[in-house]
Amino acid sequence: MILFVVAVAVLLSIVFALLRAFLGPTVFDRILAVNSFGTKTVLLIALLAAASGRGDYLDLALLYALLNFIGTVALLRYTEQAPRRQEGS
Amino acid sequence: MASFSPMKHAISLGVLLALLWWCLSGYPKPLLLGLGLGSVLFTVWFAHRLDVVDHESHPLHISGALLAYWGRLTLEIVRSSAQVIGMILSPKPAIAPYFLRVKVGQPSDLGKVILGNSITLTPGTVTVLVNGDEFLVHALSPASGNGVRDGELDRLIPDDCERPA
Amino acid sequence: MSLAHLFSTVLLGTGAAMLIIGSVGINRFPHFYSRLHAAGVVDTVAAGLFLAGLALYFDPGLVTVKLLLVFVFLLFTSPTACHALARAAYSSGLREPAAGDDR
Repeated sequence: MILFVVAVAVLLSIVFALLRAFLGPTVFDRILAVNSFGTKTVLLIALLAAASGRGDYLDLALLYALLNFIGTVALLRYTEQAPRRQEGS
Repeated sequence: MASFSPMKHAISLGVLLALLWWCLSGYPKPLLLGLGLGSVLFTVWFAHRLDVVDHESHPLHISGALLAYWGRLTLEIVRSSAQVIGMILSPKPAIAPYFLRVKVGQPSDLGKVILGNSITLTPGTVTVLVNGDEFLVHALSPASGNGVRDGELDRLIPDDCERPA
Repeated sequence: MSLAHLFSTVLLGTGAAMLIIGSVGINRFPHFYSRLHAAGVVDTVAAGLFLAGLALYFDPGLVTVKLLLVFVFLLFTSPTACHALARAAYSSGLREPAAGDDR
């Protein structure tokens, strides 16, 4: 029961993060929202592991935490290059 | 033990990796244990080839002092997160964000990394730029920023970061 | 209901409340740099409470160690990502309109 309530809370906070991702206004706000989305996804997977009683799912949570970090840094690298390319053209 | 010994760090890295493999797998079957041993040895060799097995990636010499530091950091995080939560929940958020420059007393790169990450981890303050021994920090309000300005965490970091074990 | 379950319920509930507060903060705060701080609360405090609650929910064993590992990874990657974000925003010229530079 408590797991269900907490899962709804996590989903609600994901909706808030998505709202910020849509509203922007700068690209960094959007990346921040996506990064925070990723952290909440990790927590949601951990919750799913508890709800279904399978500790193995925690491996997925671990992997997702690492991928989330790499994805954020890769996106940031892309934003750093974007203005330079405009200057050149 | 004043000289730098790569062997000690390689062994400690290997033990750490073997522990990690055991925690993530947890099956005592010969095949899986053999695969684990193989990948641990490969990773240690690979890290050695990349030349990243040193006192920076693997701060053996200060690990004891770091535990005490983490305890202190947790206290700091709890206190400042209460501040930030109060600001989020107040009907008119009383925030006055500003940038501040602070001189830090950490001579080594490792000390600077620990301090910069601690400042970012504490809610209410984010390290934006690191320039020599000067940090550019963004603070949510003077209440959060003053802790960084006073350099409380700066003094608490174990100060023998530079000395190789 | 055992004592461990009671503690885990309290921890999970507090963690979920922190998650909601943090994501409200991301939407309420006026500018990018202040939103960064609200997201920081979620990453450190909420995730810590949440994973501690789950660790008490499971029986102790390898699962507890895995939850600790997830927490440690979050603890090491989230400030790095946060710093990278702030640095990229600063060096691309984003400044806060109301804030002075070094007061």
